Amino acid sequence: MYRSRRVFGNRSGEIARKRLKLLLVADKTNCSPEFLEMIKDDIFSVVSKYLEIDRGDVEVGLTRTASCKGSDYFPALYASIPIDGRLIRGHFNAVI
Amino acid sequence: MSEVIVITSGKGGVGKTTTSANIGTGLAMLGMRVALIDTDIGLRNLDVVMGLENRIVYNLVDVVEGNCRMKQALIRDKRYPNLYLLPSAQTRDKSAVNPEQMIKLTEDLKDDFDYILLDCPAGIEQGFRNAIAGADRALVVTTPEVSAIRDADRIIGLLEAKDMGQVQLIVNRVRTDMVRRGDMMSVDDVMDILAIPLLGAIPDDESIVVSTNQGEPLAGTDTPSGQAYLDICKRLLGEDIPITVPEGGKGFISRITGFLKRA
Repeated sequence: MYRSRRVFGNRSGEIARKRLKLLLVADKTNCSPEFLEMIKDDIFSVVSKYLEIDRGDVEVGLTRTASCKGSDYFPALYASIPIDGRLIRGHFNAVI
Repeated sequence: MSEVIVITSGKGGVGKTTTSANIGTGLAMLGMRVALIDTDIGLRNLDVVMGLENRIVYNLVDVVEGNCRMKQALIRDKRYPNLYLLPSAQTRDKSAVNPEQMIKLTEDLKDDFDYILLDCPAGIEQGFRNAIAGADRALVVTTPEVSAIRDADRIIGLLEAKDMGQVQLIVNRVRTDMVRRGDMMSVDDVMDILAIPLLGAIPDDESIVVSTNQGEPLAGTDTPSGQAYLDICKRLLGEDIPITVPEGGKGFISRITGFLKRA
């Protein structure tokens, strides 16, 4: 229907929408944005013991993931931690 | 076959009672036999919105406790002889009734009515549990505000946990002018966040205040919200009416300009 204009930056409707999305995930998982910040700090300090990573590149968030059994979805924590200074050709995917 | 519908929201003040009164009136206007039940024990209001506050003799708690027969407590509407109100008790509290009694109450009404509408109290405590106990279907009312949508989301979760059949959304007090300039979430935004099917959108309309002052629901009248409520009733009856958000404007000119902007 009507989308908010973004010419003058975020209008209050857009701000409300963003706040709500974060708020609802926090409500459902019992995990506040503040809590995510703390997890991010801890993950950074652990991983940086082994690898060269940049604090600014680390991303931690909540998403939903399909259950093994089928159509149900569960909340999942994801972390994206790019490793510093290496250009890598080709695809790879290593999991432990 | 009759259907029991609960009108709920979580947050107070978003328009549950107004919506109940108008959907009840609209369905009665379309020829259905309708019973409106005010389940807000201790804080009754549906009687006032319907303009029937002076006719109350018995109430819901009297029926449940067996102090009177159902027929004695039901109040016939001023305009529609097929519309009845079962008022709530003002001097008792939510613990006066339990979910089993509410299931029996709604069952008893099914013989005489096509639609039984339950106006749910705010909150998620016993009053809410009582109201949803006998319902086949739920209408969740919200406004395009962060607090109301957050509570609606919680309510939807609780309804789904209770295996409520159909759960549909009504977005109330939409101001298309504010949505257009980006200062209010659109109906699409609200739907996207709550992820349940939309039954209708009601514009923020001054006529609602006038209608509540007079104690005459405006469903079906020539007002933006009156038409939006009637459309909701027709959709409940299975008619396929596209959902639009009418301008809540003050008159002819704003409706014309609204139409031109939409077109």
